Amino acid sequence: MSAAAPTPRANQGEPVVRYDARAKVTGEALYASDVAVKNPGYAYLVTSAIARGKITGFDDAAAKAVPGVVLVMTHLNRPAVKPATFFFAGGAGLSSTAPLAGPDVTHAGQIVALIVADSFEAAREAAHRLVVRTDAQAPAADFGSPGATSVSRAAATKEPDAKKGNALGAIASAAAKVDLKYSTPTQHHNPIELFTTTCHWEDNKLVVNEPSQGVYATRAGIAEQLGIDVDDIHLVSPYVGGGFGSKVAVGHRTALVALAAKQLGRPVKLVASRADGFSIAGYRQATEHRVRLGADKAGKFVGYQHDQSELTDRTDGYNNGGIDNVACMYAFGTVGSVGTLVQADRPPPVFMRCPAELPPMFALESAIDELAEQLGMDPVKLRQLNDTRVNPVTGSPFTSRSLNECYDEAAAKFGWAKRNPKPMSMRDGDWLIGYGCATATYPTQMMSAVARVTLYADGRAKLETAASDLGTGSYTVLQQAVADGLALPVDRVTVALGDSALPPGAISGGSVGASSTVSAIIDACTKIGATLGINGPITGENRTAAFARAGRTPVTAMGEYIPSQSKAKDTSGLYMGKVDIGGGSKGPTTQFAFGAEFVEVHVHSLTREIRVPRMVGAFAAGRILNTRTARSQLMGGMIWGLSSALHEATEIDRRDARVVNDNLGEYLVPVNADVVDVDVILVPETDTKVNPAGVKGIGELGNCGTAAAIANAVYHATGKRIRDLPIVIDKLI
Amino acid sequence: MRPFEYSRAGDALDAVRAASVAAPSPTESPVQYLGGGTTLVDLMKLDVMRPTRLVDITGLDRKRYGAVEVGDKGVRIGALARMSEVADNAELRRDYPVVTDALWLAASQQLRVMARVGGNVLQRTRCSYFRDTKFTSCNKREPGSGCAALEGQNRGHAILGGSGDCIAMYPGDWAQALIALDANVEVLGSGGARSIRFADLHRPPGSTPQIETVLKPGDLITAFVIPASPVAKRSLYRKVRDRESYAFASASAAVALDLDGDTVRDARIALGGVATVPWRAREAEASLKGKRLDQASATAAAKIAFAGAAPREHNRYKLPLGQATVVRALLEAQRMEIA
Repeated sequence: MSAAAPTPRANQGEPVVRYDARAKVTGEALYASDVAVKNPGYAYLVTSAIARGKITGFDDAAAKAVPGVVLVMTHLNRPAVKPATFFFAGGAGLSSTAPLAGPDVTHAGQIVALIVADSFEAAREAAHRLVVRTDAQAPAADFGSPGATSVSRAAATKEPDAKKGNALGAIASAAAKVDLKYSTPTQHHNPIELFTTTCHWEDNKLVVNEPSQGVYATRAGIAEQLGIDVDDIHLVSPYVGGGFGSKVAVGHRTALVALAAKQLGRPVKLVASRADGFSIAGYRQATEHRVRLGADKAGKFVGYQHDQSELTDRTDGYNNGGIDNVACMYAFGTVGSVGTLVQADRPPPVFMRCPAELPPMFALESAIDELAEQLGMDPVKLRQLNDTRVNPVTGSPFTSRSLNECYDEAAAKFGWAKRNPKPMSMRDGDWLIGYGCATATYPTQMMSAVARVTLYADGRAKLETAASDLGTGSYTVLQQAVADGLALPVDRVTVALGDSALPPGAISGGSVGASSTVSAIIDACTKIGATLGINGPITGENRTAAFARAGRTPVTAMGEYIPSQSKAKDTSGLYMGKVDIGGGSKGPTTQFAFGAEFVEVHVHSLTREIRVPRMVGAFAAGRILNTRTARSQLMGGMIWGLSSALHEATEIDRRDARVVNDNLGEYLVPVNADVVDVDVILVPETDTKVNPAGVKGIGELGNCGTAAAIANAVYHATGKRIRDLPIVIDKLI
Repeated sequence: MRPFEYSRAGDALDAVRAASVAAPSPTESPVQYLGGGTTLVDLMKLDVMRPTRLVDITGLDRKRYGAVEVGDKGVRIGALARMSEVADNAELRRDYPVVTDALWLAASQQLRVMARVGGNVLQRTRCSYFRDTKFTSCNKREPGSGCAALEGQNRGHAILGGSGDCIAMYPGDWAQALIALDANVEVLGSGGARSIRFADLHRPPGSTPQIETVLKPGDLITAFVIPASPVAKRSLYRKVRDRESYAFASASAAVALDLDGDTVRDARIALGGVATVPWRAREAEASLKGKRLDQASATAAAKIAFAGAAPREHNRYKLPLGQATVVRALLEAQRMEIA
């Protein structure tokens, strides 16, 4: 075993090498835009320069005159198209607006025309030559901008804010308390694979090659926009080059490409530019927080009040849904919250890795560090003292919880005991050294899934389900689950994912993928065993004997999983693209995965560059299916957490409500040199209640503790508390 | 990108002849030289530059136009040398470390292999209002249209050398090394060959930010000549940025020192990441001459270097950061061990 393939501990699966590794390394794996289509037209988007106003017309003569241009589609000449139902209204729409709906512009970067040409270059040139005439109004860009409107989140969503007892009263009379403000910026997913769509029609049936985190959901949204049956769309998405939440909900581009292909009678291919990716597929909205936290003299929390404002769009008001999840971190005693939506002339936000957790966890975990200092307590001890076995808001029990074990293991590995608690007390030459830690968490959520498993008499098996692999290892862990259920060597199992011709799988979002699909696979294997007349687990021996007895016809079973935590009664909705996620903090049980993250930061004493030479994270998430892919995913989460802490911020020109750093030269993410030593510890945990697989999703878990850990370490190094992300030199010099 | 004609020059005079057309300035000329293309092609894709003809100069005689020669009297670097080739030159690294440092800390390995040093010094600004044609105000792109950066997002903009018409930052690194070491630039133009001081090459924006250099349309940079100097060995480039690699400077300093013990015989200080053009801090240098170099004198020099700074809303940090960078660079250069 190597660092990349940790030796499995209790309830952890083998570090099987990735199923798709060879295909990806050799280029054999075809991503959506790699798929060759015959004589495609190349599409290019024209997006709005203004954020608010009306389009009064187009000067399109120059664009149309570019040799090779075959279509300039605008709201004036587009075929009929409908809005998709907004995701949080039960549909799959990024927004409830229709593509090229009309002259109204609601945000900068809105798609206002689609150009198709015989070459990509001609389409791009025409896009630059198309003049969009507008009547612009001054937009509201930010919190506090004139024209931005505030509404109560509870009133807007009809979901009450988290509340237990009288938190403000408890805090007022607490022996120790903090009352602090924090903020997080707009951030964009920026998956390396761009937002691509290729469409062609075969006998009135639409074939879409597009990366999707949820094949059936995406297809349903496209069908709704085009007004056609879902069965008339074949969505193909076997590989996804990163998603982070940006490739589930359906924006405007796909329907327009499909309509252009139909009108032109030829395939149309769009590879949206990196810049367009900053407005057409959602983003993490900016947030502001006021955290009040009180404790008694011994450090026991007595009250937690967390007010959060989110900057969102005007049309649908996407929001993260309150602090219910974050309120599950500790035994707070009393909890209160006021959620506010600030609606401005921004594009529609969407979920982005740890959507409801990353911003408020940065605030809470920073505030705990500040309270620990006031109490004169070690911040690890303060957290462990306030561990809880029940949801502090609803009282429902956790299915399992190993936060304190994570702290013990990570602190020991990191060498936390060597920390001098005094700020600015540790130094190496010109570099100030700081240690910091914070809790990582993600609610364990599940959704319905169907998996078709076929077992052949010669000892091979096949799994088919329209789940997605975003590069995280879905192919591999699902292959292992089938091999496990049928007592086969893993290399005897083939896996087909990411295609709407397959049975409907769970989405890869909300960290539901592995737990839900493996639960469906367990059901399929049980059914195969029943068909073969096997009582109890399948073994090599009873499998061989059963085929000898029953004949050599392959056995196929449709495994189904409907989470007890979801509202779905059967899988009918799943076939229509419904996403029925349940779990987390809601319901008769409370289910979360936890982790503890420790970081060492170095800050230059003169020039204040911040470097992170070391990160240690320990995570407990029920059954770990594959220690290799799990470690990699958690490590990726921690690295993106570092990115969120130190690098990523979408800069908006307040006058135009327009992104100014819409490229990877100016929107920074970490490079290899920023990530030196990342140590991931997989803490054993067994959870028999959460789902049949015993799996808690880890897609997001690693991501949300890092920012506060870094902020706390920066304070320890410099004595300067940065409460607004990202932590950049500007704020420390 | 708009259609353009492409030709490959076999001879420098042919190239100059092809590019010597009437135009207000080289950046506005319909004919552009193509080296590595790492800036030009980007800007053409963005529709910011719209040349109708590209003259590819990468086929010119490499011995004559791409060699790196280190001799007793100094260094001559052909303009067609790749950034990576210059960065990897062992003699240069030993005797003129600031020259190789500044290249190593620039761009990425892929870009350093593609980009030629002649084009590198002419790299155009990263100002978003310049690079995104949807912004209507940019005097550099559309003279007379205004400057959106003055009251806009200007965290990455210059605090030195700006004007009421433009505060776009000069983004390069290597130029700071050249200006610090009193380099000269050899230029071939329609009137023949000439040599100009590197310090005179770039023009601050003033009221004509579209005119970025003293070059005329058709002028081709053929070489950089760095004179031998007692300061060259004790020289370094300190670059401060938001991430460890592959980022433009938040502030940088090229520093070269000739010390007698701790007393400064000669000092060179050039600033990057803070100015509209490669920036030599001559008054700061003068303040150090004959003085003992320590934290106090370095800090005083850094203050002088930024005496004329004019920060805007989001780039105020560049003033203390720029000063800290100069102090750090000076003290680290002082500590360098020299063979």
